[in-house]
Amino acid sequence: MAAAYKQPEVTPEMVKDHGISTEEYEKIKKILGREPNYTELGVFSVMWSEHCSYKNSIALLKTLPRDGENLLAKAGEENAGAVDIGDGLAVVFKIESHNHPSAVEPYQGAATGVGGILRDIFTMGARPIAALNSLRFGSPDDPHVRYLVDGVVRGIGDYGNSFGVPTVGGEVYFDEAYTGNPLINAMAVGIVKADQIASAVSSGVGNPLMMVGAKTGRDGIHGATFASEELTEASQEKRPSVQIGDPFTEKLLLEATLEIIRADLLVGIQDMGAAGLTCSSSEMSAKGESGVVINIDKVPVRETAMTPYEILLSESQERMLVCVKKGNEDKVTAIFDKWELDSTLVGHVTDDGLMTVKLNGEIVAQIPSNDLVLGGGAPIYKRETKRPDYLDELQKINLNDYALNRDWNETLLALLAAPNICHKGWVFDQYDSMVRTNTSVGPGSDAAILRLRKTDKALAMATDCNGRYCYTDPRAGAQLAVAESARNIVCSGGKPLAITNCLNFGNPYKPEIYFGFAEAVAGMGEACRVFNTPVTGGNVSFYNEDPERAVFPSPVIGMIGMIESLKHITTQWFKDEGDTVILLGENKDELGASEYLHTIYGLTKGPVPSLDLNFEKTLQDTLLGLIQSGVIKSAHDTTEGGLAVALAECCISDPDHKIGARIKLSDSIRTDCLLFGETVSRVIISCTPADSDMIASILNERKIPHQMIGTVGGRSLAINNLIDLPLERLTDTFFNAMPRFMDQTTSAG
Amino acid sequence: MKFGVVTFPGSNCDYDSYAAVRFILGEEVEFLWHKSEDLLGCDAVILPGGFAHGDYLRAGAIARFSPIMDKVVKYAHTGGVVIGICNGFQVLTESGLLPGALIRNDHLRFSCKFVHLRVENNESKFTSVCKKGEVLKIPIAHGEGNYYHFDEDISTLEDSGRVVFRYATPEGEVTDEANPNGSINNIAGITNEGGNVLGMMPHPERAVEDILGSSDGLRVFESLRACFGSSKKVVAS
Repeated sequence: MAAAYKQPEVTPEMVKDHGISTEEYEKIKKILGREPNYTELGVFSVMWSEHCSYKNSIALLKTLPRDGENLLAKAGEENAGAVDIGDGLAVVFKIESHNHPSAVEPYQGAATGVGGILRDIFTMGARPIAALNSLRFGSPDDPHVRYLVDGVVRGIGDYGNSFGVPTVGGEVYFDEAYTGNPLINAMAVGIVKADQIASAVSSGVGNPLMMVGAKTGRDGIHGATFASEELTEASQEKRPSVQIGDPFTEKLLLEATLEIIRADLLVGIQDMGAAGLTCSSSEMSAKGESGVVINIDKVPVRETAMTPYEILLSESQERMLVCVKKGNEDKVTAIFDKWELDSTLVGHVTDDGLMTVKLNGEIVAQIPSNDLVLGGGAPIYKRETKRPDYLDELQKINLNDYALNRDWNETLLALLAAPNICHKGWVFDQYDSMVRTNTSVGPGSDAAILRLRKTDKALAMATDCNGRYCYTDPRAGAQLAVAESARNIVCSGGKPLAITNCLNFGNPYKPEIYFGFAEAVAGMGEACRVFNTPVTGGNVSFYNEDPERAVFPSPVIGMIGMIESLKHITTQWFKDEGDTVILLGENKDELGASEYLHTIYGLTKGPVPSLDLNFEKTLQDTLLGLIQSGVIKSAHDTTEGGLAVALAECCISDPDHKIGARIKLSDSIRTDCLLFGETVSRVIISCTPADSDMIASILNERKIPHQMIGTVGGRSLAINNLIDLPLERLTDTFFNAMPRFMDQTTSAG
Repeated sequence: MKFGVVTFPGSNCDYDSYAAVRFILGEEVEFLWHKSEDLLGCDAVILPGGFAHGDYLRAGAIARFSPIMDKVVKYAHTGGVVIGICNGFQVLTESGLLPGALIRNDHLRFSCKFVHLRVENNESKFTSVCKKGEVLKIPIAHGEGNYYHFDEDISTLEDSGRVVFRYATPEGEVTDEANPNGSINNIAGITNEGGNVLGMMPHPERAVEDILGSSDGLRVFESLRACFGSSKKVVAS
């Protein structure tokens, strides 16, 4: 017989260590009508942590456009957003951060980030069809940064590859702002029959609750709390807060979960991610307006002498909580037995609105479920904002400070080799991008494209954010991120449908940080309204700071688009000798916050590119119409590195077929701005010469500025008399830069 | 002609093989659960790619003990056709149906990309519709695909025409640069002595439609069908 469990006494220090403020502690006492015990304190601390409660962000997030046609699950309603895409199908997708775990334990941190986001997708009954990653690190000159890159990429690869989801795209950025606090954002996309979406709910008095999947251990306890504080020297000691992933178990859990959902055995299901059993049981019961009893002694554990506190807060991976339609327990067990996974009855649904946790029949914690959760009793704060003084200084620039007598060939090569521009094959060749045989365009074009089997349609998907823009101007930076992701979808032949976002910022209690957050949310909302892309959910990650600095405000956008016919699929690279190259949009004297200034002068400075959202929308709509009419052979937007880099990519980014171009630009603007300025709302397209007049007349009709800038062909890229480089040179520089800087000795840091 | 695709716990290319055979090749196909002991009358058994049993211990080391493998080994010994793709190739070497071993890629990283294979022997059941020296564009996706065997045994394989595919350049030259994993003699696929068992690291089932980047992988399945004398036409590409 287990000895009666005696809970440690709750002291003021303990409350403080749990990250609970005095104000919050008073609120807890009011909810309970008494002092909380140790277990309850732990439960409140994780549920009211930033990570689970969104307490400092939710008020602003609610200002984002969250409604739209065809939304089946809106932001905050389920584990991920869901959009009806016709043919009886829905796409389910979400992006999430795993920044802090990856900072201290890159391999497991990144791997479990992937595992967590995949569970969010398949807990809704959707089979994951693609994964993407948005990664930000410090300068790769730093050996510790290279150690982080190496570990993160292996972690993502090993987890996704074994699980069997194609990792098809994303981004990798480097800037010193991310040195001590890399950003590891993982996105997953799944497909489900629209009428088979599972819900994260428990209801129906007496319905059994079962824990399925892996056993519970001590890993990840207080992971959610760890994610809700700044990184310090001492953070390395939090390595035990990092969960350990097992993709093999996750693969089995996927198959078993989809089987029980399809067999209609469930009321609801939720994965156990942050805050584990605590979060899943309280959220499911709050959503079902029910109560739950959890018999903690029934939970299968893999370590001895685990306390109720540890079991409730464990973030052991690859587990789910399911609310079964009474009488179907044996059927659930039979399916989990087939996949060699545990399925254990741990509790049942009640109607008292309480989360009651029992150990051998005795109550060890009892809290009203609704008071624990976001949207219920969890605190909501709107923090103070202050516009940082440095913004004015940052946005000033005098272009005359930058000489124009440069060797433009060498400058283009330097940019093509820059860590933020060079080809990222070193990263994505380590990911299986093709498993499940739906990948039509993998990593390396403007967006990844996955065909939808048994239809003539495909999904386009992309993640985007330029942290440098957001640092210089958070509101415009967020708008630019939405505009770019939409442009990437359109260049690939898709219509933007909806977004998910991952908002990575510093400590929200610092007014200058919160200013950046509030501005970015406002900018994102403005842009999403114009592009008609509602926000379907995502994740906020605050406290991304090391002792030196906060990261750049980094509101990462993950966008999904619909390609109505496989014939519309478009890639960025030039196709055939003799094709006409047309530039849509205008070249402007803009150089601020560019990769050029950063690579050549080491500066992050100057105003971000100007953006007229309505013009951008017209440009995108017009381009999509042209693509759908079948006259566009390639489309690529200009981003980091400007027009010259974009043209080089058009020539060399197809691994199998490289082709040159003769380009003549007649704008009378500064040469550096013309070649490398990052003016947005520009797209390079190519077409057969016979179609060029028709295209031009449509562009004229829509008042889209454009110019015929040259012809595809030859074995070099020539731009005016400024640039003339053979394809071999461009290719070697662009493709081998990353292996060169990564394969320097990787230190264990 | 009827194919069977084995599903081990952790297989993740089982559906892709199934789909290639059923929807593109247009032949009959069944999934074979690893605990089953019945090959359901299949003419050819595919051991698919993935991470059977998590690849724990060693790739393929646990999968060879799955109940269905007894039947697969017996079937192969009586001349039955068995194809191991990627992880399936690893299971075949672990079960002793094919010689040698797949060790970690020489660069120690997982690698997924299109590669080019030169058809070294077009008299095998798996390459009968190919020309000798034909180059196929087919992707790889593995961390442990570096084929290794002792020198004298390699000579035996080479001399008896059992090296079916070799990594090559798009032009068909066998070079070090074209070797994605350090495999000895650029070996990408081999058969057993009887010519009825094929192991290959590249994934032909991923290259069966132009929209996936290549349909060259279909040649492997078409070759097999040609040997079985089925005359069905490819339904779609």
